[in-house]
Amino acid sequence: MTTSGVPAPGGGRPRVFIVDDHGLFRSGVRSELGDQVEVVGEADDVEPAIALITERLPDVVLLDVHLPSGGGQAVVAAIRAAHPDVRFLALSASDAPEDVIAVIRAGARGYVTKTISGPDLVAAVRRIAADDTVFSPRLAGFVLDAFAALPPDDGRRASFDPELDQLTPREREVLRLIARGYTYKEIARELYISVKTVESHVSSVLRKLQLSTRHQLTRWAADRRLA
Amino acid sequence: MREDRLAGGVAAGVAARTGFGVTFVRTAFVVASLASGFGIAAYVLAWLLLPAAGEDSNIASKALTDRRGIAVVAGLGSLLLVVLLIASAFGAGWLGNLAWPLVLSAAGMVMIWRNAPADEQATLRRLAEPLLGLTEGHWQSRTGLRVTVASLLVAGLVSLLAGHPSQALLRPLGGVALVIAAIVVLLGPWWFGIARDLVAERQARARAEERADMASRIHDSVLQTLALIQRRAGEPQQVIQLARAQERELRSWLFEGRAPGSLADRGGSLAAGVRLIQQDVEAQHGVAVEAVTVGDCELDDDLGALLAAAREATVNAAKWSGVPVVSLFAEVEPAQVSLFVRDRGRGFDPAAVPGDRKGLAESVHARMARHGGSATVRSTEGEGTEVSLTMPRAAGQREPSRA
Repeated sequence: MTTSGVPAPGGGRPRVFIVDDHGLFRSGVRSELGDQVEVVGEADDVEPAIALITERLPDVVLLDVHLPSGGGQAVVAAIRAAHPDVRFLALSASDAPEDVIAVIRAGARGYVTKTISGPDLVAAVRRIAADDTVFSPRLAGFVLDAFAALPPDDGRRASFDPELDQLTPREREVLRLIARGYTYKEIARELYISVKTVESHVSSVLRKLQLSTRHQLTRWAADRRLA
Repeated sequence: MREDRLAGGVAAGVAARTGFGVTFVRTAFVVASLASGFGIAAYVLAWLLLPAAGEDSNIASKALTDRRGIAVVAGLGSLLLVVLLIASAFGAGWLGNLAWPLVLSAAGMVMIWRNAPADEQATLRRLAEPLLGLTEGHWQSRTGLRVTVASLLVAGLVSLLAGHPSQALLRPLGGVALVIAAIVVLLGPWWFGIARDLVAERQARARAEERADMASRIHDSVLQTLALIQRRAGEPQQVIQLARAQERELRSWLFEGRAPGSLADRGGSLAAGVRLIQQDVEAQHGVAVEAVTVGDCELDDDLGALLAAAREATVNAAKWSGVPVVSLFAEVEPAQVSLFVRDRGRGFDPAAVPGDRKGLAESVHARMARHGGSATVRSTEGEGTEVSLTMPRAAGQREPSRA
């Protein structure tokens, strides 16, 4: 199941760490996850989160996009370089796309809203633990929006890298179906491709999102903030 | 079977049947049309006689029962005959070669125009748009058009007359003029009658459309609210709230002319409209609406209709699917806006919905068609339903605006 070669201890139960500043939410998530996963710790802000995650090295970190002393991307950035096997799933209640995109760009493997149901959250954690991606419809919409914001004349700019700075038609199609509420399995059936192929499209979108240095992505975020 | 159309989809249909490429068949039609006008006539005839893909009756079978259409065709035919007569009198025999297929095609197109299904009529309208733009313009430009046509006619007559020795022409001309005058006197009143009928019919159609629009609005607002009130009869506070909101909406429609559920005065942009649908449906039906919007643009009448149809589809999903989550996805592209409403609920057979159920037929399909858009419903029993709505954007609004 996992591609990293490190099997999760406890009979395949992923080890999960929760970062969120609301105690009520943390205990809610704990009880919803139940014994499907092993919760190895929690933190309520950036500094304690970095310290505890470095110490306990969980498989998956459930990371709130908004933390008291800044965005969740600070946590991802601090951990990713030294511990690439710790994977992040971003969670948020709010709609601020620029914050969500910032956490994904920092290295999170997926994003879900806090309204997600217990079983869906468990499934999402398992996918992240297996190094898959978790794209909620909302994240797919954000990403389509971010890449669509590219004005055509920017294609001539020297800084434009078509490999990284734009989505292929197929990737766009996959993202659209995710935004319409399709699961990977349903997308595979709809497009006559395998689930593996769907996953590789999504991973490639994630890679582009993370590696693209396109200034449009930042400008898009700035525009969103002004709007 | 006609499908995949540029105009009538005849070429694609023939290509699919015979196994030739579409482009080949299209080229053949064009060459045949240029060589002799009968290529066009054959195309129109095939359009009439071949049923569209997914339908079992052709347009011709419907056209046979369209009495007024047949009258229009007869009137038009006789008018064209008179023109032909004049033309041959002036010795323009070459016109005769083209004329017959032209008369046939014109007659066929009238029948297609009147009897084709809504989506084909939309295609026709799109093809004819440049012409309609001319005739429906300002009266000055209309007068301009008439003057142009009249001077073209005069110029044509003059050139025809000039091309022939006048003495030889003048003698038969007197007889022809008499015949034409006789025909006009004989058929004139009938032609006028047909034209008057057509105008009356157009007005009747406009009234019917208005009534349908009103019916679907009342269905979406008042009837929905009444259904909600029945369901929540045990919660007086909620009932009062619903009734008040409905009263306000109805008053503003009746006395201030604001359409119920219209978003122009509440939202303004498409994304705001989608959010409003999400909030309202979540509040009224207790389901979660997972709404995602990509891009944004200003609302106009057509997009307002798109949102109204989307609202109806979302409410339907909330009421009938039996699942707690409905997905709503809207994407603004330069040329069109697409909207998808999806649930993973019990699904239904779209063909088996009783005709008296207004929601899908009237509030979704007909409303989209009236505004030049399209709607498709895909549903599998036990797996869920997806309603896909597409509305082309008005030409003036196509600059992408992404908030």
